[in-house]
Amino acid sequence: MTDAGRSTVGESDSDVEAAIREHHPALITYITAGDPSLADTKAYVEALDRGGADLIELGLPFSEPVAEGATIQAAINRALEAGTTPEGFFELVADLETEAPLLVMTYYNMILQYGAAPDVRPFVERAAEVGLSGIIVPDLPAEEADPLREACDDNGLDLVFIIAPTTEGERLDRIMSHVSGFAYVQARLGTTGARENVSGATHDSLARLSEYDVPKAVGFGVSEGDHAAEIIDAGADGVIVGSALVDIIAEHGPAGTETATRSDTPGDAAAALEAKAEELKRGARRGADTITDDHEKEPEPEQP
Amino acid sequence: MSMEHDDEHESGRTGTFGDYGGQYVPEALMPALQELEDAYERYVLENEDGFMDEFRERLRDFGGRPTPLQRADRLSERYDREIYLKREDLLHGGAHKLNNALGQVLLAKYMGKERIIAETGAGQHGTATAMAAAHLDMPCEIYMGRTDVNRQRPNVYRMRMNGADVNPVAAGSGTLKEAINETMRDWATTVERTHYVIGSVVGPHPFPKMVRDFQAVIGDETRTQIREQAGRLPDSVVACAGGGSNTMGTFHAFVPDDEVALHAVEAGGSSLEIDEDAGLAPNSATLSTGTDGVLHGAMTKLLQGTDGQIVESHSVSAGLDYAGVGPELSHLVETGRVVPATVDDEDALEGFHRLSRLEGIIPALESSHALGYLERAAGSAGETAGGQRPRDEDRGDLGDLVVVNVSGRGDKDLETVLEETETRDLEAAPDVEVFDG
Repeated sequence: MTDAGRSTVGESDSDVEAAIREHHPALITYITAGDPSLADTKAYVEALDRGGADLIELGLPFSEPVAEGATIQAAINRALEAGTTPEGFFELVADLETEAPLLVMTYYNMILQYGAAPDVRPFVERAAEVGLSGIIVPDLPAEEADPLREACDDNGLDLVFIIAPTTEGERLDRIMSHVSGFAYVQARLGTTGARENVSGATHDSLARLSEYDVPKAVGFGVSEGDHAAEIIDAGADGVIVGSALVDIIAEHGPAGTETATRSDTPGDAAAALEAKAEELKRGARRGADTITDDHEKEPEPEQP
Repeated sequence: MSMEHDDEHESGRTGTFGDYGGQYVPEALMPALQELEDAYERYVLENEDGFMDEFRERLRDFGGRPTPLQRADRLSERYDREIYLKREDLLHGGAHKLNNALGQVLLAKYMGKERIIAETGAGQHGTATAMAAAHLDMPCEIYMGRTDVNRQRPNVYRMRMNGADVNPVAAGSGTLKEAINETMRDWATTVERTHYVIGSVVGPHPFPKMVRDFQAVIGDETRTQIREQAGRLPDSVVACAGGGSNTMGTFHAFVPDDEVALHAVEAGGSSLEIDEDAGLAPNSATLSTGTDGVLHGAMTKLLQGTDGQIVESHSVSAGLDYAGVGPELSHLVETGRVVPATVDDEDALEGFHRLSRLEGIIPALESSHALGYLERAAGSAGETAGGQRPRDEDRGDLGDLVVVNVSGRGDKDLETVLEETETRDLEAAPDVEVFDG
């Protein structure tokens, strides 16, 4: 159970928020759907779920991914070349049975174009129907989000907003007052991509956000268990890992391209993803166990 | 620069034009857009610290403004009406692009930014930005699609001569769309000290308005010049449209003049059909054939498949080769104020050769689309192989007094034109075989 200090959003019936609270510190994983095929994605999602992912973001590929670094751009290209469509994506999600709630991460135009005329509702309704719990849209700032927010509210989905290192002042207050699911804290300026260290900006952001009583998860550049430990120790409720997992998928290559020198089967990629998820989750737990008192923040929820 | 008729068709704080426009960008960029909006309002709209005075002075002394409005004697004779050419090809750098680049680099300086980045398609915006950055002593990096780097080599060297770094972008078809994606990624990383000089009236608010206002000098001059020279406003104004910066720059002053018809001429490429399986549109006819969606920060008309994936556009002219278009143009087309038209590759090449031969002016391939439209709408052109023949309503609606914006000069296009001319039987072309050996 959560502590009383979290009453503002703690009373919501969000599966996303519940997953973060109940499995604190949470591991949130991202992979691109259809990379290298939707069938492989199914195996990978199940592996991440077994490995300890508490929330799973699935990227629905868009041809112009302006927020992504080279790793996820390449994954999106592979998924598009494999013919991934929104409907194929939804069918995959309908077919998945995971402990972890699933979120879709995609660009606004994909949401607008799903129905016959440009409108966000058909996408949101279909997302709810196949069992998705939330939506993340990297090119939709809060100012433009009203239509999608209303559609998500009507369909019981969370619309997760990103907090950037440049988000400050009155805008920060406004966005934090509408947090749905969790606040996605962007660890550094720039695009997605695995990095070798945790940025100073991450610590700055978490310190700046400590007064806001909402679940916070940090993404952009997180790739190792030690990063997860450091970020949780710095006050986050969860870590978000994408490019490091996409790298594992890329290294293993598509199914059926097995060569004598590489063991390129989806099973191996799935096993590697499961092991990586375990490493990250262990790291996050380590961070929670060693939480220091030198940062000003609200007390952490009770740990089991 | 005329701000007096301020935008009856605009509303809303996020800079929308009817249903179009807005700010669809990653959160990290929102504070920078607000900072830019504030600077735009203070320096551009209110002339704080004499910004606009300095801008106009530099446009005159460095850019060579005003550019002439020239009566085209032989075209007037050919079409049996008065044809005037707005000579943006005579602006420093050889295209209208300097108006915007100089304005934005100067604004970046006023804002205290330390570095300039820009995308470029044909290379005209990149060269203009590199010139402006050298002129104003700012470090400058240009992103350019790999395909465009190959087909616009002279411009790559011009940018480098002016001290800019040119970064080729290999993704996708290696054209303008990919260059914009990569520049946005750079900006999302370096936003605190860098200004992104967008090259057209596209992108998130305030770019569409701000770029239009820097380019509006074209239409402001034209409006004054045509009254002096012809004694009245024109019946119609014709400009090519890719992203739409020369289009909006030329049209803006005339938008309130209901008696002046505004014709935006897009690249018809080789066909107006979209091949969704291949993700290709062999044209850049966004206003004529596009559907509403969000790309590069704005709601606008786009070339896209039914799922929402953006398709690769095509035009013989690199500067028109873009799957989106400025949101204000989408709005003006939607309300009927601007009439869109398409001219295919072949008719644009005819327009290129015709102006070169009849008037002694070698136009950019972009501008050649406007000239191709003139032939169709005002001329006696018969059927050609292009397949995009005039609809009946296109004929004769230009009136007796027509202004065509020659947005740039064609020196940069000679290599492309020679290649494309060799494979075609063009009426207006010289014998290109004499160039062999």
